[in-house]
Amino acid sequence: MRTLRFLLQKEFRQIFRDPSIIRIIFMMPSIQLLILPWAADYEVKNIQLSVVDHDHSQYSRNLVNKVTSSGYFRLQDYSGSYTNALQQVEHDQSDLVLEIPVDFEKKLIKENESTLFMAINAINGVKANLGGAYLRSIIQDYNREVRLKWIQLPRYSPELQVNVTSSNWFNPSMNYKYFMVPGILVVLVTMVGSFLASLNIVREKEIGTIEQINVTPVKKYHFILGKLIPFWILGLLILTIGLTIARVAYGIMPLGSLLVIYTFAAVYLLAVLGLGLLLSTYTSNQQQAMLLSFFLMMVFILLSGLYTSIDSMPAWARATTKINPVTYFIDVMRMVVLKGSGLKDISTHIYTVLGFAVVLNTWAVINYKKRS
Amino acid sequence: MVSVIANNLTKQYGKKKDIVYALKGVSFEVEKGELFGIIGPDGAGKTSLFRILTTLLLPDGGTASVDGLDVVKDFKAIRQRVGYMPGRFSLYQDLTIEENLEFFATIFNTTIQENYDLIKDIYSQIEPFKDRRAGKLSGGMKQKLALSCALIHKPSVLFLDEPTTGVDAVSRKEFWEMLRSLKKQGITILVSTPYMDEASLCDRVALIQNGGILSVDTPEGVISSYKHPLLAVNDGNMLQLLNLLQQYEGVLDAYPFGEYHHVVVKEGYSESSITAYLQQQQLGQVEVHAIRADIEDCFIALMKGEGRS
Repeated sequence: MRTLRFLLQKEFRQIFRDPSIIRIIFMMPSIQLLILPWAADYEVKNIQLSVVDHDHSQYSRNLVNKVTSSGYFRLQDYSGSYTNALQQVEHDQSDLVLEIPVDFEKKLIKENESTLFMAINAINGVKANLGGAYLRSIIQDYNREVRLKWIQLPRYSPELQVNVTSSNWFNPSMNYKYFMVPGILVVLVTMVGSFLASLNIVREKEIGTIEQINVTPVKKYHFILGKLIPFWILGLLILTIGLTIARVAYGIMPLGSLLVIYTFAAVYLLAVLGLGLLLSTYTSNQQQAMLLSFFLMMVFILLSGLYTSIDSMPAWARATTKINPVTYFIDVMRMVVLKGSGLKDISTHIYTVLGFAVVLNTWAVINYKKRS
Repeated sequence: MVSVIANNLTKQYGKKKDIVYALKGVSFEVEKGELFGIIGPDGAGKTSLFRILTTLLLPDGGTASVDGLDVVKDFKAIRQRVGYMPGRFSLYQDLTIEENLEFFATIFNTTIQENYDLIKDIYSQIEPFKDRRAGKLSGGMKQKLALSCALIHKPSVLFLDEPTTGVDAVSRKEFWEMLRSLKKQGITILVSTPYMDEASLCDRVALIQNGGILSVDTPEGVISSYKHPLLAVNDGNMLQLLNLLQQYEGVLDAYPFGEYHHVVVKEGYSESSITAYLQQQQLGQVEVHAIRADIEDCFIALMKGEGRS
């Protein structure tokens, strides 16, 4: 016990004497949580629109007005030539071209039917997809308005109509920050837990101090616990800082109990620390550890459901998310923060992550050798 | 009593095609309380040998024991009783002198006070700076701190891997004085060094080259085993002189040595025959005189002997 206490004392002294670690611990969560949620936005706004109006009629003007006043589109160009508009797309000046044919108004009135043409710049898939969908729904809306104006509807609608009203549960205003902030917080905790820990051990290898420790009678588990505990505490500290920022800056107050979050985080940190430890046993210098961490972090984040929905991934990718600890924490965070889930609801998550912790740590301890 | 035994130790690195043999059957014994030097150039296998003896590396073949304990089986017991100072300074740079010492005392389950008398002579020199971080110390001070940390648990055997490499001449001298005073306390000391001149400061030395031991003897023994007469030759044109000497049939070996060339003379030739030969070659001011071989001459002779066989 005395040995462990001294190992911990040494570790904390080193951590708090390293100004860069302090900066990472306090600056990283603040900057990421204060800036990223504002930028990492799912909504597509400011879609550059080019309108090719061959008609120049009351109706076409009304349509353009309606589209631009929606707030999603910015009228980049209003011209009478499609070639012109396409050039705008080629120069990446506009994302969408809406072409209104010559006798748009005439046909609409006389034949009760008219066509419109939409060309989409699909280089940015998300923007193209959403932009097209927005425009389509605005045009549909316009269509209905025109109909209401022209056709005197009978008392009972002659055609069947399904009207959909939706209500957003757990996040009534669909505020994406409510689920982005907890997700980013998870990424932060993961980074501190696994990568700071692995870098720390690899640094001892690099400087050669591990050699000096290895010739001493210090037990393997003492040394490993001496490394795990400080970063476990740091991880919980980051979580606390992050939750505070979420509260103060975004007014996000977990619906569920904080105790549930901390319980899960405590188990989760054991798993990611095990991962960090494992990384450190396979790498021999900080550069290798950094690159490996970077690679894993990319995979973890992109396959965690933080930015894209897991359900829409192909089957093999869905399978990999099952062995990604980050997925579980993000899920739990959203469940607890937005839905108010309790310990019972997340028990499967806890057991799974506990399983990860056992496997990763055992593997790391077996692979950590005091001699070569 | 024997303290350290190495018996036919082998170690190789690398796989299949490019295997490097770091140790090729190294055997020697070190008596208790002896100051034993392992002398050899860089890459001779000194560090591999030390890492095996301190249980950090597993040998591929052969056996070794420290204090009667096997380095493979009883590694835990060995770690309790050896002190190891690696060639590279490897203490925590961001901890202070005192914290480093305290840390190593604690992990050996002891305290600074308990063994203070052992390290007093060394530690008292750096104690005024005990609140300074280890990374901010000068080379000589780092070395004293490392030695203190290796000694704090009162080891019975001390392994020092190239402790004087990269240390100035004054500190080197001081360091050897410290080692001699430690020897008086009954600690067995194994020290490796690439500097030949330090060999004479050891009780016995093992000359090591390319993973093999060339000779194990006292420094005097090594020198007295040198059989050939040795001359020091000096002239205005040293390069031409060396070429001429190497061509002469009465010369076994000639090599530059400081401001002289050392010439190993074959049986049946003498100082005068060399002088006569050189004068015949119409060299000007040739200075030839007989000298006593030192350990470096012995090492060169052993090394070349190895090369020939």
